[in-house]
Amino acid sequence: MNINDKQDRLIKEFAPLNGWIAKYEYLINIGQQLPKMEDKYKTAENQINGCQSQLWVAAELRDGKLMFQADSNAKITRGIIAIVLNVINNHPPEDIYTSKLYFLDNIGFKTNLSPTRLNGLNSIIKRINKLCLIHMQL
Amino acid sequence: MIDVKNIRNDFPILSKKVYGHPLVYLDNAATTQKPRYVSEKVKDFYINSNSNIHRGVHYLSEKASMAYEDARVTVKNFINAASLREIIFTAGTTAAINLLADSLGRSFIKENDEIIITEMEHHSNIEPWRVLCSRNNASLKVIPFDDQGKLLIEKIPSMINDKTKLIALCHVSNVLGVINPVKEIIQTAHRAGVPVLLDAAQSVPHLPVDVHDLGCDFLVFSGHKMYAETGIGILYGKEKYLDMLPPAQTGGGMIDYLDFTGSTYADLPLKFEAGTPNYAGAVSLAAAIDYLHNIGVESIARYEQDLICYAVDRLNEEENIIIYGNTFPHCGSVSFNFEGVHPYDAAAIMDKMGIAIRSGTHCAQPVMAHFGVKGTMRLSVALYNTREEIDLLIEGTRKAKSLLL
Ligand SMILES: Cc1ncc(COP(=O)(O)O)c(C=O)c1O
Repeated sequence: MNINDKQDRLIKEFAPLNGWIAKYEYLINIGQQLPKMEDKYKTAENQINGCQSQLWVAAELRDGKLMFQADSNAKITRGIIAIVLNVINNHPPEDIYTSKLYFLDNIGFKTNLSPTRLNGLNSIIKRINKLCLIHMQL
Repeated sequence: MIDVKNIRNDFPILSKKVYGHPLVYLDNAATTQKPRYVSEKVKDFYINSNSNIHRGVHYLSEKASMAYEDARVTVKNFINAASLREIIFTAGTTAAINLLADSLGRSFIKENDEIIITEMEHHSNIEPWRVLCSRNNASLKVIPFDDQGKLLIEKIPSMINDKTKLIALCHVSNVLGVINPVKEIIQTAHRAGVPVLLDAAQSVPHLPVDVHDLGCDFLVFSGHKMYAETGIGILYGKEKYLDMLPPAQTGGGMIDYLDFTGSTYADLPLKFEAGTPNYAGAVSLAAAIDYLHNIGVESIARYEQDLICYAVDRLNEEENIIIYGNTFPHCGSVSFNFEGVHPYDAAAIMDKMGIAIRSGTHCAQPVMAHFGVKGTMRLSVALYNTREEIDLLIEGTRKAKSLLL
């Protein structure tokens, strides 16, 4: 599946979820399936600022594809980063960098997040793009 | 007795729905909602009296100046200051502390001097002093608190010496909701000739505060935390100090005589009010004080104390609860966590249930460091909150726990 197929699948999965509590429940579950990040990656360098919770994101290139690891001490944040990683993981950095993550709008995320949380989400996307750029130059 | 049902009708925002749920607003330590009485006084002022103050001789300017100076009288009486010269309008608590720090920094704080604060201050009562100390090569000393939230006041006498220039501390902590024994601290300080600044941002909304009775030398608070509009606050200072201190800001409104070689300044209080002040804000603050008086400051204090005690009791019955500071009675706020639950997660879920509480560090990172936590949840009450709302909050925390644990 390419990145957009994955986005479309996510949008479909979210569609029947009625109300925010159900959406959060889904996020918390999906966050629990995200593999734990090894402590050695939880560095200040990998930490993303702009979130009330702590959040770390790291990536490495394997066979031309970018593999992300992430973790957060808050479960909702973990869920958010998990769905983002489900979409972008295991694709070439060029593809990730050039794709538009429209699913965030379609699942009602951007419109319903408070400005501070939106800020956090924007920081995540910026960090992902930065990691892509780093690995595109290698 | 407080007639909460009627009081709630005074606050239009309280009947709003949030994500389809009735709003449960328990973030009052951040800011309170505004009663119609206050908004209408401000609206009326703009419609009937607006003009710049202390400037023209014309009718409207006189009327606006009078409203502004009447507001000063209301504030003076509200905190029982000795004179109108002791009441300075500022933009809020933070602005008032910065004004004082700037002014002291220009005159009284010299190399090797010392300023004492506490471990439980809001950043607004830390950073201005830390910056001042580093700028003037002075040093900052910190009175610690114990895990119950009690300041270790027995340490104070040994922390004071002839270099000590000021003790700055909160009357009520914005995180722990503890009421500090400020009278005792002020007496200790005064025996050594050290003036005391009280950050009353979290006490003035909840308790009768009498500067004469407390004996404090300076006191600051914000209008928006006590039902007035944003952008207005008070610096109270004893006349003997304010008289000596230089203005922190200069400009229009505070000049007595000026030519290009020199100037003389207006007398107190205008000396500290350079520029067009927030006179509409002053009107709103006076209106808020009237509103509180009409209900009764003492009855409000009793009602809120009963309510916050009820909240603490209910929280204490919950599983996995951690309450920070075991103080009795709490004033205004209580901070808590549930073991294994991130406060951000819980607050985000409760938000979707219409429940507004604060999560995070509450601009008091040293308090978080003391307890070794990244953040807490905080509920804080106002005169319009009810036991039913506390019950809804408890239900909200249970729902959050059921999703998160
Ligand atoms: C104890 C305390 N001090 C200072 C402040 C700062 O007040 P303001 O933001 O109104 O200047 C607050 C408010 O958050 C507070 O709770």
